[in-house]
Amino acid sequence: MAKVLVFIDNPGQALKKSSLELLTIARSLGETAVAVNGTLTDDVVAALGAHGATAVFRPSSDDLDVFLVGPKAAYLAGAVAASGATTVLLENSFDGKEIAARLGIKLGAGVITDVVGVEADGTAHKSVLAGSYTTTAKATTAVSVLTVKPNSVTSEPAAAAASPELLTVDVPDSATAGAARITGRKDKPASGRPDLTEARIVVAGGRGVDGDFGPVEELADALGAAVGASRAATDAGWIGHDAQVGQTGKTVSPQLYISAGISGAIQQKAGMQTAKVIVAVNKDAESPVFEIADFGIIGDLFQVLPQATEEIKKRKG
Amino acid sequence: MKIIVLVKHVPDAQLDRHLSDEDNTTDRADSILSELDEYALEAALQLIEARGGAKAGNQVIALSMGPAGAVNAIKKSLQIGATEGVHLRDDALAGSDAAATSLALAAAVRHLGADSPVDLVLTGMASTDGETSLVPAQLAERLDLPQVTFASELDVDGGRVIARRDSDTHYDTIEATLPAVVSVTDQINEPRFPNFKGIIAAKRKTITTLTLADIGVDPAQVGKAGSWTEVKTAAARPPRTAGTIITDEGDAGIQLVDFLAAQKLL
Repeated sequence: MAKVLVFIDNPGQALKKSSLELLTIARSLGETAVAVNGTLTDDVVAALGAHGATAVFRPSSDDLDVFLVGPKAAYLAGAVAASGATTVLLENSFDGKEIAARLGIKLGAGVITDVVGVEADGTAHKSVLAGSYTTTAKATTAVSVLTVKPNSVTSEPAAAAASPELLTVDVPDSATAGAARITGRKDKPASGRPDLTEARIVVAGGRGVDGDFGPVEELADALGAAVGASRAATDAGWIGHDAQVGQTGKTVSPQLYISAGISGAIQQKAGMQTAKVIVAVNKDAESPVFEIADFGIIGDLFQVLPQATEEIKKRKG
Repeated sequence: MKIIVLVKHVPDAQLDRHLSDEDNTTDRADSILSELDEYALEAALQLIEARGGAKAGNQVIALSMGPAGAVNAIKKSLQIGATEGVHLRDDALAGSDAAATSLALAAAVRHLGADSPVDLVLTGMASTDGETSLVPAQLAERLDLPQVTFASELDVDGGRVIARRDSDTHYDTIEATLPAVVSVTDQINEPRFPNFKGIIAAKRKTITTLTLADIGVDPAQVGKAGSWTEVKTAAARPPRTAGTIITDEGDAGIQLVDFLAAQKLL
């Protein structure tokens, strides 16, 4: 049976949805081991077992978080060797992609990013050129390294829970020598909203909000959605750059994308055209966003959004 | 200071982009300098200008790997202010994945550092065509240099590079010793446009062409043959079609909620 290794960086107190999705994909491919960095609680070990992990690796070093990317790739290379895995799955974040990048060079393994599905033979499915093509790609090497986008599968626990064996992987001192160091960290205030790339629903505002994201945020909160923005809105400083959806921001594929006051030029379209359902509200009937919207409203977002928010609250009781 | 900026000639993202029917590689007609590379070039120019510029012997070398047309990305970089250009061009490079690309670029960087050491290799946060963001990290791994990536602020002082890297949950300060590989985001600066003086000056700047033989790379290590991944199939996504469009007559918000309810999205 093929062996698969899932990397989970700092699982914290409970596994994230995206981590559970990686475990679900891993189980469909073969026997699953997990390499964890950071604190590992008994609850997390139990959850890993419930999702089919038969082995859990930890690094001999507890200071990998002090360094950027490189030493984590060195640790993971050790875990791949120890587990005998032929497929490695990581999350598709900046860090995940870069750890995968370096791991690939260390192992002589092909790396595929932005994966949305994996077949039993390791063939990966992804979109390229900002969602205008869907492709299948495969590593031609003994080991393949895949970074998988959130929401690619629905996570499910294993039919039978495993009690994973806990193992330690030795991280050589050379792994951290010369690596870039993280010398300061400042947490951003938490919004309480779902993560933009993982959210089931995204409500996004653009130039048309004219500095006021209030109606966008209120509709998002009524729907339990994440808040997104066009580049025009983030460049204007109306909302943080983290919220930017588009070519130079985040790519999202939610079940529902509500676009408000965004013209829908290519820069924006690139980040959201793989959404399942697109709703657009814009005053300008000529906006390109109406060419791709499943439901379009030519109207003032300052009227339409608050009305929709009130109606949703009413129906949800 | 000697800085190499990696620049890529990519299909203009403002236009429709295509994969070739023959081998699933990117069609490079209507290509331009990748927008995200302009931020790396600007960061390099600001660093050397703070140190007396080209007159003081500082160098910003625009390095591009690609077919004949890639020289246009180098020319644009020279117009913007790079001091010289290097075009890594070899038919055997066609179809290289990130691993093969990083191998060739690492050899080119070593070659360019043979006479005098390179202080920084600067890149954009991703190419606007491949969009994988793998090459900067793979280049750092191959060159065994510190990797400082996704920098939204950058400073070089006393043989160290200090950068700010933003994630969704926090801002990190990253420090490394020179030489280093640094990638920058589109938040780091406002790239300048080439001016008339720059366009004239660019005509006198040198563009050196390098082949794989020049940088000591075996053609079998790059291109499709040397790549560790292959694209098996590619299909254009069917274009989205417009659905129902209504004009608000006072109840569009309610109709919006009706639509969501019908789609079971509430």
